[in-house]
Amino acid sequence: MAKVYGAVTIDTNRCKGCDLCVVSCPADVLLLQPQEVNDRGYHYAYAANPEKCIGCAACATVCPDACIEVYRVVEK
Amino acid sequence: MTQEEIIRPENKVYSRPDLLCDVHTHYCPGCSHGVVHKIIAQVLDEMGVADRTIGIAPVGCAVFAYNYIDVDWIEAAHGRAPALATAANRLNPGRLVFTYQGDGDLSAIGTAETIHACNRGENIAIIFINNAIYGMTGGQMAPTTLLGMKTATTPYGRRADLNGYPLAITPLLAQLDGTCYVTRQAVHTPAAVNKAKRAIRKAFENALAGKGTSVVEVVATCNSGWKMTPAQSNQWMAEHMFEKYPLGDLKDVESKTK
Repeated sequence: MAKVYGAVTIDTNRCKGCDLCVVSCPADVLLLQPQEVNDRGYHYAYAANPEKCIGCAACATVCPDACIEVYRVVEK
Repeated sequence: MTQEEIIRPENKVYSRPDLLCDVHTHYCPGCSHGVVHKIIAQVLDEMGVADRTIGIAPVGCAVFAYNYIDVDWIEAAHGRAPALATAANRLNPGRLVFTYQGDGDLSAIGTAETIHACNRGENIAIIFINNAIYGMTGGQMAPTTLLGMKTATTPYGRRADLNGYPLAITPLLAQLDGTCYVTRQAVHTPAAVNKAKRAIRKAFENALAGKGTSVVEVVATCNSGWKMTPAQSNQWMAEHMFEKYPLGDLKDVESKTK
């Protein structure tokens, strides 16, 4: 069976920490930074469990600030 | 497979649309406007019509839309976007003209312009963001505010005897002969965003093909105005807003003729 590897890159300075990507992620990859903030004072999203990512792009689709880019590799 | 092996240009499946300007938007965290801006930019990118597109920006939270999407824009007086779009479209044949309006702009002060532009069947696309509140001015009651909904001017909830009933304007527009495509969408889940994107693409194609007025209502959230978190407001919208504003196509002239 084909195995899918995904990865996300997040423009942390553009992120406003709205949490929508975290809620929409079906694989529990993303979380908001509990302590760290970006230049504008938001607790930005980061890939807490990057190895779980399946590259479905659900997070990027709902991101209002278009700060998530998604990569996917399908290994046959 | 390591992260470095996956994060390569050839593996990219979702990127920021080129048409979105490299600026921070002024929208609150989690605002639906950002998502709709993004899908409009994606649709224009995919259709390859950015160089002959004219957007009409409203008054409201989306007033700065011209700073965020890299096409030509005209900023209309409050509610007058469909009238301006009429002029822009008639004077510039072959251009894609769309308006981007909120519920205060389209269904309150701009009701006359909206209804008459739709009734004339102007070849424009109208994107209508309905978040049931005046977000920009501090969360006052809008015509679309639901009964019982608390806003700055209805602190005990909207009452029908005092404030009247919520106005669902898209079904009104669907009755008019000038409209060719009237639909209601939302952007609260990935699937809904993709559906809304397809609807906006269809509206833009109709406008370019000269089929009449297309109206895409996007039921949206205003988490600041509603005093909720973005995730909570999406949930609240799904539970309460869709009852009064059910999603789906209200009118599609093309599908009838098939």
